[in-house]
Amino acid sequence: MSRSKQIIGVAAFLFGVFVLVPLMIKLTGRWDFYYTLTSVALLSIASAGVWLTFYIGRINIGQGAYALVGGYVSAILVVKYGVSFWLTIPLAGLICGCLSILIGLPILRLKGVYFAMVTLVLTEVAKLTALALPITNGAKGISSIPLPGAISIFGLTIIPDFSQLASTKLAFYYLAVTLMVLSYAGLYRLVHSRIGHLCRSLQQNEELASSIGVNISYLRVIAYSVSSFLGGIAGAVFAAISQSIYPSSFQVADSINFMLNCFLGGLGYVFGPMLGTLVLYFGWDLLFTTGKFQLLIYSSLLIALMLALPNGILSLRLFNRKKAEP
Amino acid sequence: MSPLLQVSAVTKRFGGLTAVNAVTFDVAEGEILSVIGPNGAGKSTLFKLISSFLRTTSGQVLFKGERISDLAPHKVAQKGIVRTFQETTIFKNMTVRDNIIVSHHLRSNASLAGYFLGTAAAKSDEAEFGRSADEILGFLGLDEIGGELASNLPQGHLRALGIAIGLATNPSVLLLDEPFAGMNHDETMRTVDLVRGVRQRGITVLLVEHDMPAVMKISDRIVVLNFGEKIAEGTPQQIQNNEKVIEAYLGSEDDAIGI
Repeated sequence: MSRSKQIIGVAAFLFGVFVLVPLMIKLTGRWDFYYTLTSVALLSIASAGVWLTFYIGRINIGQGAYALVGGYVSAILVVKYGVSFWLTIPLAGLICGCLSILIGLPILRLKGVYFAMVTLVLTEVAKLTALALPITNGAKGISSIPLPGAISIFGLTIIPDFSQLASTKLAFYYLAVTLMVLSYAGLYRLVHSRIGHLCRSLQQNEELASSIGVNISYLRVIAYSVSSFLGGIAGAVFAAISQSIYPSSFQVADSINFMLNCFLGGLGYVFGPMLGTLVLYFGWDLLFTTGKFQLLIYSSLLIALMLALPNGILSLRLFNRKKAEP
Repeated sequence: MSPLLQVSAVTKRFGGLTAVNAVTFDVAEGEILSVIGPNGAGKSTLFKLISSFLRTTSGQVLFKGERISDLAPHKVAQKGIVRTFQETTIFKNMTVRDNIIVSHHLRSNASLAGYFLGTAAAKSDEAEFGRSADEILGFLGLDEIGGELASNLPQGHLRALGIAIGLATNPSVLLLDEPFAGMNHDETMRTVDLVRGVRQRGITVLLVEHDMPAVMKISDRIVVLNFGEKIAEGTPQQIQNNEKVIEAYLGSEDDAIGI
């Protein structure tokens, strides 16, 4: 794929996301789409993290735990300590990253289904911890989180105070989409640098990787903490948008969805989880009209999709350019 | 001159079974030393003990006088003792060239963050690894299949790729795990030349092998194991005429008639 094509593709994507979508929504008046698309953007950030753990050969069904921790970290810092929301985004990511190093060191030794089971439990543990701790306010959670304030440098307002805005929907949309673009740009860079190469060596054969001198446990922990970082920032923004966070905000079902997004989009493509999240989220919504059959049809379709396209939707190459072929 | 690699009374027990029992031998710099023995003699276990993929029960392995037993495998590789595997162990879903490029890890000058940011050191590393990979491909006669996916390679090429991966790490000692297994005569002779070529690059070779004719042809010295113990050590000629070795391989007369 030539460099110019790549640039055109990225430019078209950015134009679509930042200009075209808001324009379409303005024309059609479907303001509710902002909430949906904002959610998709945030969920796809968390899914990107899960995708990275797949990339080192681990099935991660625990991203919900880090999203929950990220949400609580941001909420507690904003509500109880008056920290600026903007600062809590990286802080939530960093705290999740550090936490995942502590958790990852022992559990990343496990492989396959054993690692998957432990991570599945993590989400439940996070929920129970949130219920039990005084600082998370138990089952009542933390509500009425103030909207993000303004950022100004040298008196120049870069980001306006969200509570002064006529519609916070557009503002949150831009915030989520910007974070998504940054996350995926970072992920793309990571995967296409030598680090990605090393991650793939881990995925394919850990024994051989260590025989060529790769410190496999170090690399595994790094990848896992980047993954959790992404889960944390997604959770932080989610808490800000819904202005609340509860122990049930991210559950086992969410963790499984993060994983499904990756499967559905394609594990071999950096942008797989983004597309997977979009399709899965909208697919579920579109099936709403089928009433009580919604879950049945949805699950059947998922099974069919995975059987027909085991390498994900992106393996169809609908786009004439190969996306992120590693 | 002190030997490059010293295996000193190395013992490995699995529960009640002693797989390797107080084996001692030295490897001199620049030689090709083979470890042979009948099936179940403990060759593979010894191999894993030297490369630290297994922990010794007692005894130790020294490299340039420094203890390397109990180090993590990647640390042993960092010191310059690199093992190869039998043919199925490669990075299957990478091209042949990428297999070799990624194996240059130990030659990296840049840090992980440097690679992410694309610093000058990272860029010069990548260029250097590419050049070196091409050189290795040429050395092993793999240049025409550099772009092929490794999982599509025939067996003979897989073996060469395994050696290529080892060479990419720039080792002092290369441990080869049964490099001639399953090869016909022509392939074996080609591989013998290859291993000699590896030595000419200044790399000491320690190999574990079944194939007697190849071992006799290629080795400077041979260590023979039987039931986990060293029963002989010497030049190919000495080994060929050693009674204990003949007995181990053919069984003694008493065994043969069942007494």
